[in-house]
Amino acid sequence: MSDESSHSAGTGVRDDGYDDLLDAVEDGSGYYLECANGHGSVPPRRVCPDCGTDDLTETPLPESGEIETYTVTHVATPSFSEDTPYVTAIARFGAVRVTGQIRNIDPDNVEEGLPVELTTARSEAGTERFLGFRPR
Amino acid sequence: MTEVRVAGVGLTEFGEEPSRTGRDLFGAASTEAFADADVPRADIESVRYGNFMGELSERQGHQGPLMAEAAGVRAPSTRYESACASSGAALRSAVKDIRNNEEDVILVGGAERMTNLGTAGATEALAIAADELWEVRSGMTFPGAYALMAKAYFDEYGGDRTDLAHVAVKNHDHAMGNEHAQYQRRIDVSDVLEAPPVSEPLGLYDSCPISDGASALVLVSDEYAEENGVDAPVAITGTGQGGDDMALQDRKYLARTPASNRAAEEAYADAGIGPDDVDFAEVHDCFTIAEVLALESLGFYEVGEGIGAARRGETTAEGDVPVNLSGGLKAKGHPVGATGTSQVAEITELLRGDHVNSDAVADAEVGLAHNAGGTVASCLVHVMEVVA
Repeated sequence: MSDESSHSAGTGVRDDGYDDLLDAVEDGSGYYLECANGHGSVPPRRVCPDCGTDDLTETPLPESGEIETYTVTHVATPSFSEDTPYVTAIARFGAVRVTGQIRNIDPDNVEEGLPVELTTARSEAGTERFLGFRPR
Repeated sequence: MTEVRVAGVGLTEFGEEPSRTGRDLFGAASTEAFADADVPRADIESVRYGNFMGELSERQGHQGPLMAEAAGVRAPSTRYESACASSGAALRSAVKDIRNNEEDVILVGGAERMTNLGTAGATEALAIAADELWEVRSGMTFPGAYALMAKAYFDEYGGDRTDLAHVAVKNHDHAMGNEHAQYQRRIDVSDVLEAPPVSEPLGLYDSCPISDGASALVLVSDEYAEENGVDAPVAITGTGQGGDDMALQDRKYLARTPASNRAAEEAYADAGIGPDDVDFAEVHDCFTIAEVLALESLGFYEVGEGIGAARRGETTAEGDVPVNLSGGLKAKGHPVGATGTSQVAEITELLRGDHVNSDAVADAEVGLAHNAGGTVASCLVHVMEVVA
């Protein structure tokens, strides 16, 4: 449990769908999956979790979202032991919410409703790439 | 319909015993359950065993047959995994098969070895109950997930850390004298508020401990109990299960747990009762906010009103509906795979009158067990009644 690549998925192999979206976010073209009935979800998905339709379209995410809830984590897993304290948040971007970290910010400056844009981030240990939020 | 009776219960002391193997823990709990039940091991037709992190803590998969062997039982055995609701899920399968007249005598329980991983290792192992891509990879820990829910609750419905502190104080009070509890020590509100933060707004004393332990139940049909003269006055009269999206981000509400609502509604209908008929409950308080969310989903409180229940004294041993008279996960401990059937063991003793806190519910006839997995993407509710 204590090895350096201890993240359970720390194989270095891409996760189709998830990494494709993170690549798109880095290109400034983040998207969500919109089904034929208007439900939003995030990849990887074969079918809409709300209605089961497989008619899913990659639809651009709004440039700006807002923080709905957040926490400042002090006790971390080994992968984030060098990052504490850090801010994990859930933000709404139109039809979907996503989970990510707001890095390079004083936790006291985070609040519900804070406008943010999407980015990607890595932990200090650098093993995994994940979604980040940047205040707008 | 065939009735499911609890013939015997067994629990290890929950606590820090890093060198004890899972098989030793379950061997001890099941031995106690057989002694309590006075049912021969040879009559067991199957074993249903709950465990969550055995691959990580003991590098051990395929634990079903291993645990039957540890219990001294020669019967087919299956492991159930549903995060912290693993043994609740095992229990439901047993209840259904006894009712269906598939089997008459089943050993059901669970065990978890956790403290050998240390705090960081156990934190990592617990995190896999969340969505790996969307939550764990972003550094969301298990306390972090409940912290996100607590913050959302405060923003949506009000309440504060002091309200939550009263949940912890109450459950520590209840654990006094429970020989199975990890913490048998009173705390006060300032202890909770001044404890180091884990994931804000939750601190160390808002969180259940990391625990080693096991629990076991011998369940029998009412026909078997009658034919064999088994004294089993407590029945499981209602079972319900609910599910939800795995990741918090995908749910309609961040501070509600509809999987618990669904499990409760199903269990109430199954038992032919409603929330007003419940005399006391054991609920899944892995964090103080989790008890609040459970009280609301179980129908004891309206949404947004459960937060003040402990502070007002309504869920204490002296209150209208005592909650977590065992000490709950918070003070009794939370060896995750053992928790669901541990709650049922405690309720059995409370209803039989041989629990240290039985006097608090001397006239009680109905108890409820609420066992949740992850951030309540899984939930099992069982209703228990005195029937003989």
